Amino acid sequence: MTNDRVFGGLGVLLACLYVWQASRIQLSFISDPFGPKAFPYLVGGLLGLASLAIFLKPDKNPDWPALPRLLEIAVAGIVLAAYAMLLPEIGFVAATAMASFYLSWRLGAMLLAALLAGIAISVGIFVVFHLILGLTLARGPWGF
Amino acid sequence: MMDTFSSLADGFWIALTWQNLALALLGCFLGTIIGALPGLGPSNGVAILIPLAFTLGLAATPALILLTSVYYGAMYGGRISSILLNIPGDEPALMTTLDGYPMAQQGRGGEALALSGVASFVGSFFATWGLVFLAPQLVKVALLFGPAEYFALYALAFATLGGVASRNQAKAAFAAGLGLAISMIGVDGQTGVPRFSFGVVHLYDGIGFLVAIVGLFALSEVFTFIEHRSDLQEAKEKKMLVGRATVPMAMLRETAPAMARSTVVGFLAGVLPGAGASLGSFVSYTLEKRLSDRNGTFGKGDPRGVAAPEAGNNAAAGGALVPMLALGVPGSGTTAVLLAMLLALNVTPGPLLFQKNPDVVWGLIAALFIANFMLLAMNIPMVKLFVRVLLVPSRYLMPTVAMISFVGIYGISGSTFDLFVMIIFGIMGWLLRKFDVPLVPVILGVLLGNQMEANLRRAMTISDGDWTALFVSPLSIGLWLFALLGFIAPLIAGHYFRPKIADDTAVEGSDPD
Repeated sequence: MTNDRVFGGLGVLLACLYVWQASRIQLSFISDPFGPKAFPYLVGGLLGLASLAIFLKPDKNPDWPALPRLLEIAVAGIVLAAYAMLLPEIGFVAATAMASFYLSWRLGAMLLAALLAGIAISVGIFVVFHLILGLTLARGPWGF
Repeated sequence: MMDTFSSLADGFWIALTWQNLALALLGCFLGTIIGALPGLGPSNGVAILIPLAFTLGLAATPALILLTSVYYGAMYGGRISSILLNIPGDEPALMTTLDGYPMAQQGRGGEALALSGVASFVGSFFATWGLVFLAPQLVKVALLFGPAEYFALYALAFATLGGVASRNQAKAAFAAGLGLAISMIGVDGQTGVPRFSFGVVHLYDGIGFLVAIVGLFALSEVFTFIEHRSDLQEAKEKKMLVGRATVPMAMLRETAPAMARSTVVGFLAGVLPGAGASLGSFVSYTLEKRLSDRNGTFGKGDPRGVAAPEAGNNAAAGGALVPMLALGVPGSGTTAVLLAMLLALNVTPGPLLFQKNPDVVWGLIAALFIANFMLLAMNIPMVKLFVRVLLVPSRYLMPTVAMISFVGIYGISGSTFDLFVMIIFGIMGWLLRKFDVPLVPVILGVLLGNQMEANLRRAMTISDGDWTALFVSPLSIGLWLFALLGFIAPLIAGHYFRPKIADDTAVEGSDPD
């Protein structure tokens, strides 16, 4: 119950922010009768109404995982973001090996197996997508 | 009628090139694997392949052939793990577990696999014929549409997209609003002013819809797997009893009426907006059970309970292509993903596609016929090959999925910013699933938001700002009424269209079709 109240409340807030931002859209000298603001207002209204309905008539709470598992998801998100940043720096093969090592380790593989999986996934994708299909992948200092 | 046949014949000329045949074969193969693997379904499977098809520089027809073959293939493949492991390989295959798994436990797994392969073939073969005849009719109606009618049509799509089986219409509406809100980000196409960009140059082009799709569908699945890590492991330990993959003639004769009925029901469910393959298989199974379950054998390994949902979901997949191709408005998750690919290739589906690029449409349809025969061959004599694939544990599969998602998106733009946006969408998708908010309306909003707005503004320009112009023509009034009905119906009758097992949290992480 309460979860959906929070969700709906945040949704109403989001809708208000959205409408406020829409009101600040600058108009240009070329325009049509409707302008660039009207549709965003409609969308903001829809978001607001839907959120209000969720707030007023909440579903039962979702089953949240325990805190460590939530942290786990957050860390996975951070690792993937780090991967995105490292990709152009150290190149596809090294970055991908590390990221897929981490993911398969956290999904329950033994450390050594995860290490091998990381290398296998990275080299496998490199061979199939770069060498065979000719896709451009991020190049690192070593050219791969 | 003759026109249709000659167009179809032209289509076969287009489809019968080595490249297109090879792509159809590859698509069928990948699709069956994608369907078979729990955790990868038609929508996220097609989503991770789009950026690849795109970066490989395929033209519209070959790209569409590849991805639609994947879609069809996934509909076949989903049944394999339903029958052998009692875990649906994708959501539409949920109903197949009910009778398929008991059959496997009785040592008739091979029979169940072969029978469901035949049923899948029947469903998609006749649904493809349905597509051939129905789509051109719908095009004739759609050619009468002006901007006001298109706006009403988009409203109809959003109103019904939560699905007849929707549990909470407020959340479906929220999802649509969220998608539309995201689509407004970027420079306004008509006046050139930036909107919701906060001065960030990266946002001026808007949020790439492929980025959003891959994040929402594929990456969020990875997060769901991390969440449920321990629960999914033991399932793999189950023993798989296959036996010989053949169907006795008697069983085919016994199940033929079930297949025929389910094909019709499934196809209709697919054509209707907001009802994808999952609903097709569910309604087919329920109907068949009501009609022919005289001795209470359904749920205990009745072959008809395997044939019905499989014919139903494959027929629905063909049916779902009708509104996507003829109107440019997809009614299900995977067809939304296919639409995204067409838009990325600068091809706009809809009535004009049939007139301007008939080669794309008919080439695709012909390729689907060919793909169907390929799939039949792969899914009966070669089914054991795919059974092996089921043994790939998710701890190696999901990292691969994540990495391929990154490769695809990075391949398109080479931009780290897009990768960040994709991760954000991945986490957002995971959260929305937790709150039971459907993802398909979000995608459709991101995809169609700009066109919906453009049509509204065009209608307003024509009428000089007069609102009532939206509700004048009988066609648009009809569309609005349908939209209203489609939005209200689930509130009243929703629970009739929902499989009981799908109400459990077990399906929370399942992908839309």
